[in-house]
Amino acid sequence: MTIQFNDETFRDDYSFRNSPWAIKRFPFPFDKDDYMYSVNMEPHKGGREGSVFQNRFDVDEHYVSEMRDRAKVLSDDPLRCQSLPHMTLAGWDLLELIMVSKSEDYPDLFELHRDGDKWRWINKPMGIDDTFTFLDEATLPYGPMEYITRQTQGDFALLDQRDDNLWMDAGMVTTQADWSLDFDIGMNFFEWHAPVPLAHEKGIFVRALKFLLNIQQGAPARRLNWTMTVNPLLDTSPENYHKWGIQKTELTPENIGSKQHLRVELQTFFRLPRSNGLVFPIRCYLCSFQDLMTVPKWGRRLHRVIRDLPEELATYKGFIDNRPMMVDYLSQFDDGQPTSLGIWPDLDSEPPLKK
Amino acid sequence: MSGAEKITVTVTDIVPLNELVTRFKFERTDGALLPTFSGGAHTVVEMKDGDTTRLNPYSLMSDPMDQRAYTISVRRDDAGRGGSLFMHRNVKIGDEMTLSYPVNLFSLDLRAKKHLFFAGGIGITPFLAQIKQLERTGGNWELHYACRSEALGSYVDELTTHYPNQVHIYYDEQDQKIDLEHLLDGQPLGTHIYVCGPKGMIGWVRNTAEQLGWPREAVHHEEFLAPQSGKPFEVKLAVSNKVIQVGEHESLLEAIERAGVDAPYLCRGGACGQCETDVVECDGEILHRDHWLDEAEHASGKKIMPCVSRFEGKTLVLDR
Repeated sequence: MTIQFNDETFRDDYSFRNSPWAIKRFPFPFDKDDYMYSVNMEPHKGGREGSVFQNRFDVDEHYVSEMRDRAKVLSDDPLRCQSLPHMTLAGWDLLELIMVSKSEDYPDLFELHRDGDKWRWINKPMGIDDTFTFLDEATLPYGPMEYITRQTQGDFALLDQRDDNLWMDAGMVTTQADWSLDFDIGMNFFEWHAPVPLAHEKGIFVRALKFLLNIQQGAPARRLNWTMTVNPLLDTSPENYHKWGIQKTELTPENIGSKQHLRVELQTFFRLPRSNGLVFPIRCYLCSFQDLMTVPKWGRRLHRVIRDLPEELATYKGFIDNRPMMVDYLSQFDDGQPTSLGIWPDLDSEPPLKK
Repeated sequence: MSGAEKITVTVTDIVPLNELVTRFKFERTDGALLPTFSGGAHTVVEMKDGDTTRLNPYSLMSDPMDQRAYTISVRRDDAGRGGSLFMHRNVKIGDEMTLSYPVNLFSLDLRAKKHLFFAGGIGITPFLAQIKQLERTGGNWELHYACRSEALGSYVDELTTHYPNQVHIYYDEQDQKIDLEHLLDGQPLGTHIYVCGPKGMIGWVRNTAEQLGWPREAVHHEEFLAPQSGKPFEVKLAVSNKVIQVGEHESLLEAIERAGVDAPYLCRGGACGQCETDVVECDGEILHRDHWLDEAEHASGKKIMPCVSRFEGKTLVLDR
C-alpha cells in the first residue's frame, strides 16, 4: 500500500488531521470498560492486517510532518537527543534494526543495500540516499542513534542492561508525555519510574523489570499506554510546559471535541544483539475526541473509562481539572449498551448509538 | 512456548582439540544468516538422544559479527548426565540440530576502561567471543588463563600467537598460579573483572576482589551448573494437576517438560532465574543447587529452581 503523507503541523495552527484510514487503525488502548495499570505485555510479532501492530516500526500518513517537527524541536533544544559514550554500539544496533525492518516491511519506501560494511540507505519519503561504513561514526552526519531516529517516528530510549537493572543511558525524546530525557539520563528503571502513582505499591515495576531483563533476541514485546493532550501537540515536554500547560485551560464545551486528544503510546521492546542493550521505542498516536466518537464502541467505552478512573491516575495524567467537562461531552456518546471485549472498533458488529 | 526462539542448523565442522574438548560449527540449514550476538552469549543446544531431549547451554565462541556460522567448544564430562558425551559420540557433520537464539547472561560492561578476564579450563569460551568483539571496537583487555596442562590448553596457541602482550597462560601441572592480589592491585580506575571457570576459581576471584575493596558491580562471573543426578523423587504439579516422577539422571525441569507441562526456562544452569517456581507444599528437603535464589530464599523452602535443584522427602507440590 502506498501512503499519502500529510503536510501538517503539531504546533501553532495545529493543522494535524487523521484521515478516516488513520482513525480506523488508531490504537484504542482500552480493551474493556475500566482501566487500571497492569504489565500488559504481549509479543510484538505482527498483528491484524493494516493495524499499527502489523510491522516492527509502523509508518503512517504523519511520518514526514512528524520528522519535520522533530527537527524543529532538536534545533531549539539539542539536549532532547543524548547518548552516553558507552552507548554508541547500541546506537548502531538500533540503526541496523530499523533499516533492516523498514526496508523489509516497506520496500516501496525504504531500501537498504549492504556490501560487507559498506551500506547504502535510501529513504524515499524524506529524500535521503546515503552511503556509509557500518560501525564507523565518521561516515554519518550524526551519531548512529540520532541519524536513524531523525528518520523514524516515535521516541526512543536506549537502555543499558547491567547489575540486574536497566539504565536510561541514551535516547531521542521529542514527542513525550511530559518526561525529560535530560532529567532521566543515567537513571535506572526504578529511579525514572519514581513519579508514577499506585503502580509501585502494586509491585508492577518489580515484575515489569523482571520481564524486560528477560526479553530475548528475536522475541520483541509491546504494550499500550495512554494519556490526554489538549491540541495535537507532539512535544509535551517538561522543558516546554510553560508553552503548552496553559492550553489545558482553553478547553470549552464547544471546542472540546476537536481540541481534546487521546494520546496513545505504542511501546515496544527489542533486545539489541551486539550491545546486549534494550531499545524502548515509544510511538505516539493522537486522535481527537470527535474523531474517536465516529466509532460507537469507542464512544461508549471512553466515557466509562474516563468517568470511573481513580483520581490519582487522572491527576498523574494531568487532566483531573478537565475531567468533568470531558465526561459531560463523552456522555452524549454512551447509550448504556454493552460493549464487545477487545480494543478493535468492531464497526460491523457493534450497534450504532441509540439516542 | 518456553525458552528463547529456535534456529534450525546443520553441523558443518567438528574439530577435536585435545583429549577432552571438541569444537562444533553450525550453519543455518536454510542458508540464511544467523543473528549477530554480543560476546559472552550462550546458545542452548537441543539434542535428540533417542526418546530423551537434552538441552545444554554452551557459550558462543565465534566472532559475534560473523553471521555465517556459530561455533561452540564442548568439554567431555564422563561423569555427567550424557549431554557432552552425546555431542562427542553421536553428533556428525551434516546432522541437523536446533539451537536457541543467543542469550547473554555474561555481558561486557561497555563502560569499562579495561576488561580484565580470568578463565579456567573450558571457561575460556565466552572470552574468545568477547575478545573478538573488543578487538573490533578497540577495547582494552587482558586475559589470564589457567589450564591443567599444555596438552589440555584449548586455544592457547591461537591466543598467544595473536595477542602475545595481552594473554597470560598458567599451567597447573607446572605449578604456575595467577598472582591475583598483585594483579588486582595494579589496575587502572574503571577496570572490570570477569571470571569464568570452575566453582573454586570463581569464588577465589570474587572473594579476593571483594576483600581488596572492588565494587560488586565491577566483578562479573558466569558459571553454568550441569544438573546433578540424584535419587528419584515424586512431585505434584498443582496447576496442571499432575503427579510426575523425576528419574535419577533427569532434572526436575526435564521431568516437568516430559509430562507435557510448559515451564519457562532460559539457561538451564541455575543462573538466569527464568524457571523460578513457587513451592505450594513441602514435606522434606529441597536440595538447592542454583545461583539465583539467595540464602534466605533457599532457607524459606518457598521457591525452587527446577533446572538444577532436587528434592528428598515425602511430598513436594509446585505451583506449575
